[in-house]
Amino acid sequence: MAMNWLTDFIRPRIRSFVAPKDVPGDLWSKCPACEGMLFAPDLKTSHNVCTHCGHHLRMPVKDRLALLFDGRCYKTIAPPSVPDDPLRFRDRRRYTERLREARAATGLRDAITIAHGTIGGRGVVAAAFHFSFMGGSMGVAVGQGFLKAAREAVARRAALLAIPCSGGARMQEGALSLMQMPRTVLAVEEVRAAGLPYIVLLTDPTTGGVTASFAMLGDIHIAEPGAMIGFAGQRVIAETIRETLPPGFQTAEYLRENGMVDMVVPRKEMAAMLGRVLGLVMPDAEAA
Amino acid sequence: MPPLPFEKPVAELEAKIAELRQVASADIAIADEVERMQAKIDRLLAGIYAALTPAQKVAVARHEARPHFSDYVAGLFTEFTPLAGDRLFGEDAALLGGLARLNGRPCAVMGHERGRDTQSRITHNFGMARPEGYRKAQRLVALAARFGLPVVTFVDTAGAYPGVGAEERGQAEAIARSMQVFLAAPVPIVTVVIGEGGSGGAIAIACADRVYMLEHAVYSVISPEGCASILWRAAAQAEEAAAALRLTAQDLKRFSLIDGIVPEPVGGAHRHPEQAIQATGRQISRALNALTPWDGPALVQRRKANFLARAGGDL
Repeated sequence: MAMNWLTDFIRPRIRSFVAPKDVPGDLWSKCPACEGMLFAPDLKTSHNVCTHCGHHLRMPVKDRLALLFDGRCYKTIAPPSVPDDPLRFRDRRRYTERLREARAATGLRDAITIAHGTIGGRGVVAAAFHFSFMGGSMGVAVGQGFLKAAREAVARRAALLAIPCSGGARMQEGALSLMQMPRTVLAVEEVRAAGLPYIVLLTDPTTGGVTASFAMLGDIHIAEPGAMIGFAGQRVIAETIRETLPPGFQTAEYLRENGMVDMVVPRKEMAAMLGRVLGLVMPDAEAA
Repeated sequence: MPPLPFEKPVAELEAKIAELRQVASADIAIADEVERMQAKIDRLLAGIYAALTPAQKVAVARHEARPHFSDYVAGLFTEFTPLAGDRLFGEDAALLGGLARLNGRPCAVMGHERGRDTQSRITHNFGMARPEGYRKAQRLVALAARFGLPVVTFVDTAGAYPGVGAEERGQAEAIARSMQVFLAAPVPIVTVVIGEGGSGGAIAIACADRVYMLEHAVYSVISPEGCASILWRAAAQAEEAAAALRLTAQDLKRFSLIDGIVPEPVGGAHRHPEQAIQATGRQISRALNALTPWDGPALVQRRKANFLARAGGDL
């Protein structure tokens, strides 16, 4: 892979991830947590972690995969192609229009990327979600992509690493997207039945039908600091209970406190931790 | 109970009949008139219910006189023996279940119960289950598997409860695990969506060998109101959202996401609950008969293949 993604991909991404309206030029952005000024080259070095407060900003999938795989080296696997817009859904705009726009903006076909390589010397197939593609929502294409990733893991005798970053089900695909919940659960089952590890790296945000399916069924759950993880949206909960929500509600740390996540690991230590965990659960014979 | 807006002409005729009956109680001419009007009501209802819009179906599916889980249990099962608790945290009355007999044969049965009056609605949390409910469901499926009993589930929920405690205790995990347990159970499972099939809270107990919906039930990834407030930024567009989401039984069947539709009596299940309950019972019995006797592993294999074949197709 050419290295020009560093210039072609990261910069425009950073621009879209942090509010650029009240900062001068492209080089500076503001941390959404502490409002500290962030210098783009520094942010690149810190892997999108705020250099002042340690807040983990969202991160493009390409950068994340490069950060996790040994030697920044991985190969992508094309997700299965599926027909667009099965319901012919239209709200204020056509779903096909929203899809076209998301594709143009991201260069992606849909919200999932499948990649394989090694982490800590162990074979890994990753299924990573792009929040930039319609909020990382799960419709048929994503469900099929996840199933494909699981099958690849089994075929390669590799671990499956899910990296959800998603608002949940894709409403525009109605009950077809709801059905991706049991379908991804079955994908996980195939990996487990093959005796292979299934690790979930929970990133900000992981909510709705994605959390309530494959994302909560890992052998091991690792979350990024501060990541929002939950089932129901905070606005819906606040409206239902008519109370203010407790501080830190639905953060990675809150989930660990409540027994839903094994550990919260800073981004810069993530690859090492994954390598360590995989080394502990995968026999040497299966080292790639 | 106020009539649904689209049932207004029917309600007017019904009011007239009531009036006639009051003014002259023993007049034969009135009996004829009543009969004539009743026939007109039936024609009207048949017409209205054959042409319900998706939004109208949502209203029918949520109708407060529609038979609930407890009505189906009372009408179809004997020796219903409710079992309580998830053995981890608590009991959840939003999702009831236990052991019972269907046509004399023992089985496990469970479903969302919405409650009828204010007090029971609060008791049952309006049919919105917390993690305890889904963990009790898992327990019941495991119990059924241990004793080789078929499982029947009734879906009728706006969705899993969105609350702080529910999140704290792992609502998402409870739903995910429930699907996993259902999908791996070596006993037949039959599900009927009797009212509202609301998203993850519904599918958590609907990963079955056979899934049916009542004629005017709905099954959706999000409520029309929720969808409208997100995509239209206005809850008032719920009617449009209901149509866009393709949430009717007929839509689900067309996309091969369910196995069949249970016809409702003319004018909906809320008008003739007993007929709806018996029709549902016949469908469940037919399905269980077709699944019996069973080979556990083969059954699980077929169930998995069914779900993989749906909504995308196996690779």
